[in-house]
Amino acid sequence: MSGSSLLDVRGLTKYFPIEEGLLRRVVGHVRAVDHVSLSISRGRTLGLVGESGSGKTTLGRCVLRAIDLTAGEILFHHEGVTTDLAQLSRREMREFRKHMQMIFQDPYSSLDPRKTVFDIVSEPLRINRIAAGKALEDRVRTVLELVGMDVRYMKRFPHAFSGGQRQRIGIARALSINPQLIVCDEAVSALDVSVQAQILNLLKDLQEEFKLTYLFIAHDLSVVEHVSDEVAVMYVGKLVEQAPTQALFTSPRHPYTEALLSAIPRPDPDRPLPETGGIEGELPDPANPPPGCYFHPRCPYAEPICREQEPPLIEIAPGHTSACHFVEELELQGLED
Amino acid sequence: MSDVVLEVKDLHTYFELEEGTLKAVNGVSFTIRKNRTLGIVGESGCGKSVTAQSIMRITPKKNSRINGQILLHHDSGPIDIAQLDEDSDQMRDLRGRDIAMIFQEPMTAFSPVHTIGNQIMEALFVHGENDKRAARKRVISLLDEVGIPAPERRIDEYSFQLSGGMRQRSMIAMAIVLNPRLLIADEPTTALDVTIQSQILRLMKRLQRDNGMAIIFITHDLGVIASMADDVAVMYLGKIVEYGASREIFKNPKHPYTKGLLRSIPKFGEKDGAHLATIKGTVPVPLDPPDACPFANRCGEFIAGKCDVRMPAAIHVAPGHSVNCVLYE
Repeated sequence: MSGSSLLDVRGLTKYFPIEEGLLRRVVGHVRAVDHVSLSISRGRTLGLVGESGSGKTTLGRCVLRAIDLTAGEILFHHEGVTTDLAQLSRREMREFRKHMQMIFQDPYSSLDPRKTVFDIVSEPLRINRIAAGKALEDRVRTVLELVGMDVRYMKRFPHAFSGGQRQRIGIARALSINPQLIVCDEAVSALDVSVQAQILNLLKDLQEEFKLTYLFIAHDLSVVEHVSDEVAVMYVGKLVEQAPTQALFTSPRHPYTEALLSAIPRPDPDRPLPETGGIEGELPDPANPPPGCYFHPRCPYAEPICREQEPPLIEIAPGHTSACHFVEELELQGLED
Repeated sequence: MSDVVLEVKDLHTYFELEEGTLKAVNGVSFTIRKNRTLGIVGESGCGKSVTAQSIMRITPKKNSRINGQILLHHDSGPIDIAQLDEDSDQMRDLRGRDIAMIFQEPMTAFSPVHTIGNQIMEALFVHGENDKRAARKRVISLLDEVGIPAPERRIDEYSFQLSGGMRQRSMIAMAIVLNPRLLIADEPTTALDVTIQSQILRLMKRLQRDNGMAIIFITHDLGVIASMADDVAVMYLGKIVEYGASREIFKNPKHPYTKGLLRSIPKFGEKDGAHLATIKGTVPVPLDPPDACPFANRCGEFIAGKCDVRMPAAIHVAPGHSVNCVLYE
């Protein structure tokens, strides 16, 4: 692993209460994120994948403390000092938030329609009292140019722009205060293919120029493979596998990862989706997950122990972890190049 | 020619808006055969969904206008759907019996106040079934066929009680209950998780093999197209710019737009920090478009005085493979 880590998440847990009746009695919990630990190296990209209900978005929000976590540590290393974000008060967090920003999926609803591009992009600078007056305007111009937007349009409102341009505005807003970490939550999912490529290239260029660190949350595995140095796979709130990108895609060590990879329709008529086989069943209800390994009801390799005991996450190769009882025995199929 | 199910000839679907005429579909032609799948691929605003809605005659009555021919072939001869009144008994009868459609968002396709079973049975009753018990039996076996567990229980549930995947399966059951000869699927798996998507795609293939229906599969996802389509139509701004067998389109693309699309998707194992190829600019809105190549203003091989003066004709570059581009004229 090259470089030092910027962020170490340890045992991050977020339970949402399930309330019932008039008195809003708590009758159970949804374990949205359940004891997840991961690290992101400075200037690198960690891809976080999983299907709906996997907890990937909740994890991203917890890291930014956009929502409070139930337990765990979020260690942020900055200028030789380590800060546990989980311990910060709201006020301290507000101060700290200038180091981290988020880019959202929907470029239509994530920009306030009543604000101009200038207002939107300058907002983090004004809130954090980083710049005002001429300096503020200069900074906004600089970041708009960085993301390839025409500065002449900065007094316009978001509705005047296409999806790709709006996403550029969202990126400019995130960049304006020179953050260290950017959480990209399905940042290109709503874009057309040809525009998606432009935004992915932009994110890559900005990362190189400003040594940005990305937590890149997405469900599209081909996009994740393209942008990530490392990939973490979540299933119903738990981390099931994490590995350097190439290792994860070519030699997965968890049956769920194998299933995900085999389900991707490839843009190649020579690799059609097999007519038979494939993973059966649906994702379990995160409020009522099955016992043992959460994946066992859908796992083609499940044995009795999988129904009874939760498998621990163990390191099987440097930087490659998997939570499967049979990680040593299974010969799993990845994508061939 | 007896296996031809539907022929679309020079279809135009225009919307009259305050700002001008939106030419959503602007001269589209294709033929669909029994037991084959035509994939229509394109980005937002290319007219792929409006093409489907035009065939079903479900475009807004108030401001849309359909021109051209949509010939549905019967043993007794062709019927031109474009000439029918969308509210006529004949059109109602065609929907469901001959042509059925499934959508991206199955939540909105079902009524929330009727059970799944009643909604599917309704189609049987409307089209002449009057034995309630037989209808129920048929629907239970159909739900079983599309892979819904415990169908005798699920038949009495409401759409909101089902997961996204089960809802999509139910919608497929509703679409095929009358054995239509043509199924139009408009982004049917776009809202689904990847493992569920692959289940639904497999289900559609199996159903096609069993009953021989023709499928029009509309999606922006080139991976899904490659898995599903026998033939592919690439649409851009209301026009088909390239048409051919799936293998031809993916292995031997000719149109600069098709090439650009294929290059701009990330492919596995092609990493080493490389930039993705992009298509400059964004998809314009087809409001009063000029009669020229729709891709001209984004094309890297644009030739002034040629591409911007008229729409290029369809050129056959290989058997069954045609492209509309001046480079091949």
